[in-house]
Amino acid sequence: MMDHREVFREEAYELLAELETSLLELEEAPDNMEIIGRVFRAMHTIKGSGAMFGFDNIAKFTHEVETIFDLVRNGRMSVTKELINQTLASRDQIKAMLDASSSGGQADLQRGEEIISSLRRLVPGDCASGGQEAEKQAVIKKEEVTGEAGVDEAVTYRIRFKPEQAIFSHGTNPLLLLNELRELGDCSITAQMDAIPMLQDYNPELCYAYWDIVLTTKRDMNSIRDVFIFVEDDCELKIEVIDKDSEPREETGVKKLGEILVERGDVSQADISRMLTLQKKIGELLVDTGVVNRGRVEAALMEQQHVREVREKRQSSETATSIRVPSERLDSLVNLVGELVTVQAHLTQTASGKNDPGLTAIAEEVERLTEALRDNTMSLRMLQIGTTFSKFRRLVRDLSSELGKEIEMITEGAETELDKTVIEKLNDPLVHLIRNCIDHGIENPEERETAGKQRCGTIHLSAVHSGASVLINIRDDGKGLDAGALRQKGIEKGLISPDQEMTEREIFSLILLPGFSTAKKVSNISGRGVGMDVVKRAIDGLRGTIAITSQKGIGTTISLKLPLTLAIIEGLLVTIGDEYFVFPLSSVEECVELTQEDVSKAHGRHLANLRGQIIPYIRLREQFAVSGRAPFIEQIVIIGLDGQRVGFVVDNVIGEHQTVIKNLGRIYKDIDGISGATILGDGDVALILDIPRLVRMKEEEEALTTS
Amino acid sequence: MSISGITETTQYLTFRLDEEVFALDISKVREVLDFTTVTKVPRTPDFMRGVINLRGNVVPVVDMRLKFGMTRTEKTVNTCIIIVEISIEGETTILGALADSVQEVIDLEPQQIEPAPKIGTKMKMDFIRGMGKRDDHFIMILDVDRVFSSDELQMVQEGAGVSEDEACVIS
Repeated sequence: MMDHREVFREEAYELLAELETSLLELEEAPDNMEIIGRVFRAMHTIKGSGAMFGFDNIAKFTHEVETIFDLVRNGRMSVTKELINQTLASRDQIKAMLDASSSGGQADLQRGEEIISSLRRLVPGDCASGGQEAEKQAVIKKEEVTGEAGVDEAVTYRIRFKPEQAIFSHGTNPLLLLNELRELGDCSITAQMDAIPMLQDYNPELCYAYWDIVLTTKRDMNSIRDVFIFVEDDCELKIEVIDKDSEPREETGVKKLGEILVERGDVSQADISRMLTLQKKIGELLVDTGVVNRGRVEAALMEQQHVREVREKRQSSETATSIRVPSERLDSLVNLVGELVTVQAHLTQTASGKNDPGLTAIAEEVERLTEALRDNTMSLRMLQIGTTFSKFRRLVRDLSSELGKEIEMITEGAETELDKTVIEKLNDPLVHLIRNCIDHGIENPEERETAGKQRCGTIHLSAVHSGASVLINIRDDGKGLDAGALRQKGIEKGLISPDQEMTEREIFSLILLPGFSTAKKVSNISGRGVGMDVVKRAIDGLRGTIAITSQKGIGTTISLKLPLTLAIIEGLLVTIGDEYFVFPLSSVEECVELTQEDVSKAHGRHLANLRGQIIPYIRLREQFAVSGRAPFIEQIVIIGLDGQRVGFVVDNVIGEHQTVIKNLGRIYKDIDGISGATILGDGDVALILDIPRLVRMKEEEEALTTS
Repeated sequence: MSISGITETTQYLTFRLDEEVFALDISKVREVLDFTTVTKVPRTPDFMRGVINLRGNVVPVVDMRLKFGMTRTEKTVNTCIIIVEISIEGETTILGALADSVQEVIDLEPQQIEPAPKIGTKMKMDFIRGMGKRDDHFIMILDVDRVFSSDELQMVQEGAGVSEDEACVIS
């Protein structure tokens, strides 16, 4: 039983997320019946399964809200901002109840009642009694849920609509009727023109054509008849059900063309049998022999096609359903694949040493398979970023109304996939960034109007794949960053010296430093100077980078570049003494040699001359206190970091390495300069370098020793 | 941990550091490995010997001799790594303890265990759960959770300064 409750909870959280998205969409388009339907269904399911698994308080509360939304669905109540507000509040209340149920606590029942009563107040007078009535049946029967499961079933109808020739004279336009049918569902229409006479006999005031229509809809037959209600007496109308969702599918699948024609009464069974003996396409034959005209055959073919498509769609939607897998299992799968990658590296290494073509071939095959397996496994952990995006919609909505600003959020690339852990860890930094946009970036409506902008500000949130990374942009059209003010502030805080030459980009990145906040007023949302450096640290932790571009008065764009996954990276394996280290390959630009001669030319300063450019470098041997002597020729690994280039001196560069990232564990969790470990082909452990941290450490160190 | 915590017969794994015999509650011990290559993590105190590869997992190794103020463990045929399971702030994690040699598994009755004297052990009181008597020698029963508690490992970060100084000496 506990398991079922867990499943319900998980499902309910998903439904609540969906409910929230739908409600926010509904706010944009209050008349959209489809969205109202979605909201209603989400609540209905929560209520139903809640009651089934013994979450009676949730079921009861949801029922109340659902009752009110039923009025909306029936058009007896309109969607207002207040209704949306209260419904969102109820969503939060349901979530609170769910949270409480998992922790064994009690949700605030008082709050629930407040929400319900304010929702009831929204109900227009003449509907109030309905609401009361529904309240009486607050005890929910479980059958209600199971019984309604079949409501959304789609049925395919075959319709032949043959208006009387004089139909035009009654003022009816058949095309409008057909358009109306199209609105009911997925519709294929063929016009039959065999009755159209030669031009000399043609009377433009008469309708010669008739139509064969195949319609797949969730409505019942009556609503189809309703379309033709005014012309029913002036036309020949035939409606038949040809395919049903719930109907057990026969082995034969889609009906044969001949069968359809026979069923329609267009040809006899005997004709069909005769034709079948001739090994030609049945449709062509029928037309050739004049049994039936081309139009009819085409209509039948179209029907066949339509039914096939509908079935395929249904089947694919059935097969596309997902399996719920606990994430720990996925994690252990990823771990196993990681080990396999390690073993495979070992195999390849051994094979290359053996000089045995047979073994090499096997090793290569294993390598290929392992790579495919790795990519597949990684993709299992990929989630769409859309769920995170839709959470922000709510954030933007609530915050902007709290601050009296008008802000619209546009999202793009919600289907972009990222590793689950990346998405989870991305949430907080994104919240910070969006809050900053709302609080500091976008001006009040009045200010915006004086500046000649639209009252309503926009936040544009987009995600896009770019190679092995994902770019996330947060763009606002607010007041932008003031480079002058930032610079001034930086000088005041002693972060930069007054005579320091800085590019705009460097000035903007000042806001990422700890203790830097430009807001004059501290609000409860942001401005304590802890926001941006937290963001920076979180993004560094994800091995990502931040870039800021801004134009005063026009807006700010913050771009995050993140790796697709945290589990496996491409690395560059190097040695220092006997120790192995791995650089994340994504940040490596090139490797050059460093000879003793070069060192003496630079007078012992840690600067290298790379094609005329001065590159500062860090000697990892010193930094990590590795014992022993450095070789005569060392290697500098040049790293591109936030637009600058830094070299790292190592003894030897071994080459590329598929790096399965292992956590160093709790004990080494706060080690500076090392972000993890990986296991090499021979079983030894190599450490993965945390480049941004190493550079920052060195900067701090030098600042201490030189000041 | 007071002596009152030990009320029933428990099995202990004994091991040797230098000439002394220590014991660990067997339920805390996962396995015993031969000494393998340990990769040193830079900028950590000396007693943190580094990390090893335990069937695909990266496991930290602590030099118990350095931890208890003795000289560094040198590799011999008997040197081994005792993999223990400890809980740090409620989280279970595994860790390797480097010992000169592993002795045996023994049963100790509660009456065979005495509280450690407050003076004379030259060790932090917290680390010792009790003193076991066996034949005519003493066995110090360690409280691994405390030896490797987060406070103790905090020194990992503080120790960074130590390596720093070393860096200057070496370079």
